[in-house]
Amino acid sequence: MFNAQAETMPTGELRKLQGQRLRAVVERAYDHVPFYRAKMQAQGVTPDDIRSIEDLPRLPFITKTDFRDQYPFGMFGVPQKEIVRIHASSGTTGKPTVSGYTQADIDNWAECAARSLACGGATAEDTVQVAYGYGLFTGGLGMHYGAEKLGAAALPMSAGNTEKQIMLMKDFNVTVLCCTPSYALQIAEVAAAMGIDLMTLPLKSGHFGAEPWTEAMRQHIEQVLPLKALDIYGLSEVAGPGVANECLEQNGLHVFEDHFYPEIIDPVTDTPLPDGEKGELVFTCLTKEGVPLIRYRTRDITLLLNEGPCPCGRTSRKIARLMGRTDDMLIIRGVNVFPSQVEDVLVRIEGVHPQYLIIVDRQGNLDTIEIQVEVTEGLFSDEVRKLEALRDQIHHQIKTMLNVSAKITLVEPKTIERSLGKAKRVQDRRTLS
Amino acid sequence: MKVRQISIFLENRSGRLASVLSEMAKAGVNIRALSLADTSDFGILRLIVDKVEAGVKALKDGGYTVSLTEVLAVEVPDQPGGLAGILEALSQADLNVEYMYAFVCRATEKAVVVFRFENVTVAIEALKAAGISILPAETVYSF
Repeated sequence: MFNAQAETMPTGELRKLQGQRLRAVVERAYDHVPFYRAKMQAQGVTPDDIRSIEDLPRLPFITKTDFRDQYPFGMFGVPQKEIVRIHASSGTTGKPTVSGYTQADIDNWAECAARSLACGGATAEDTVQVAYGYGLFTGGLGMHYGAEKLGAAALPMSAGNTEKQIMLMKDFNVTVLCCTPSYALQIAEVAAAMGIDLMTLPLKSGHFGAEPWTEAMRQHIEQVLPLKALDIYGLSEVAGPGVANECLEQNGLHVFEDHFYPEIIDPVTDTPLPDGEKGELVFTCLTKEGVPLIRYRTRDITLLLNEGPCPCGRTSRKIARLMGRTDDMLIIRGVNVFPSQVEDVLVRIEGVHPQYLIIVDRQGNLDTIEIQVEVTEGLFSDEVRKLEALRDQIHHQIKTMLNVSAKITLVEPKTIERSLGKAKRVQDRRTLS
Repeated sequence: MKVRQISIFLENRSGRLASVLSEMAKAGVNIRALSLADTSDFGILRLIVDKVEAGVKALKDGGYTVSLTEVLAVEVPDQPGGLAGILEALSQADLNVEYMYAFVCRATEKAVVVFRFENVTVAIEALKAAGISILPAETVYSF
């Protein structure tokens, strides 16, 4: 454990600390960010109304759209001279969301990233290969600073150049790998093609995040890489990677609650839900200075696990593996479908490597869904009826699990675009008139 | 006796077959016999070539999904009922043909039929018992 005092704090004490920090952050936001002041005034609430963490639901939500409206620096809570770094999320649907960090923010983030690495058992003895992209995206630099904070050796590979990743992984005795889960599989695939056996390497843990993945994908990764595959969560608006990380129990991600306070709300009615119920994840940053963040709606769907003390000793609540995004959710003929569910079905069918693409279209007034699945050697039979049986089996499983009838198309290997960053799993070709 | 046939998964798109054949040409691999099973979405190309290893390597390097399948090649008497007699013998031995295709041998100008059985070893015994001669693999590769 990197910071046992913080990570094993008794719940009562933790709630008290969270309340104190919340009061400070609300005051800062109210005094220094006109956007927050206006929002709170519209809601009829002032910093004086916030006495403990229990008062959090009285505060208004903020959304990604609010962030964009304040582009570039409208959300900043400190003068420009106190900002030491700026990150921005990918602006695929408009302007990016901008995050400014003070030195204290960078230190706290590095601390949480170090805690994340320690969740997988990493110590100062380890070599951490950071294969998340370095740049405006928080993945690379976030894990890099975390590794250094831990005292481990950071290997700043960034994403891409897979052959070199594999060569250095082997030659430098890398023990910890940080990248997207799909890139971990890509590394294994390329290593196999290079004739390098990764299973003999001293790897022990992998911190995989920045895209949704599944339990079945974890099993697949652990079959091709000799490590414990752990889920890591983070987003640039909150900090970056290291907001939450799985411990070696591998059943939920510990949220570093002394810095990031999680809530789950019903995304339609906006009402808070009790622990254990599935809904949209909302974060309040309790220590952040650069961009104060209060009740930020992440659009990620998960639930809070509160099952008593974790065998690892950490006392914080855990979030379950992400189940999708409120905006990734496909509504196909009225049925809610998350790409992760499709992936789960595919991996359960023996031999199906999870390279797939979901194509949604509309013919007349009817939504159609096609799932392209790559035929690898493990799946291939030179008899038409066996391939047709495989296709029918996938169709049937999807129908059973998701309640949608999908056209299954078997495609040649490597025809679906591979990702270095986030996997593109869905093509929505529907145009609504 | 068992002939090694290369099977390749192909999407049903224009240019895919041409692309496989050009991989073979680049690798200097000559195709002896060919059959294509197709459905509306995909096809399976089956090739018998002179240099099996070189052919497989070229295709794998080209990113294709490839498998090797053992098939049997039988010379069919060039007369009415030639093939019927063979199939009758197979039927009596309760052997199910997964698929088959035919070509003409250049040297002898005789018809040759390639059979794929579920169990090759059992099929060899049954054909021998019925007095049907199976062509040696080397003969097939070098037609």
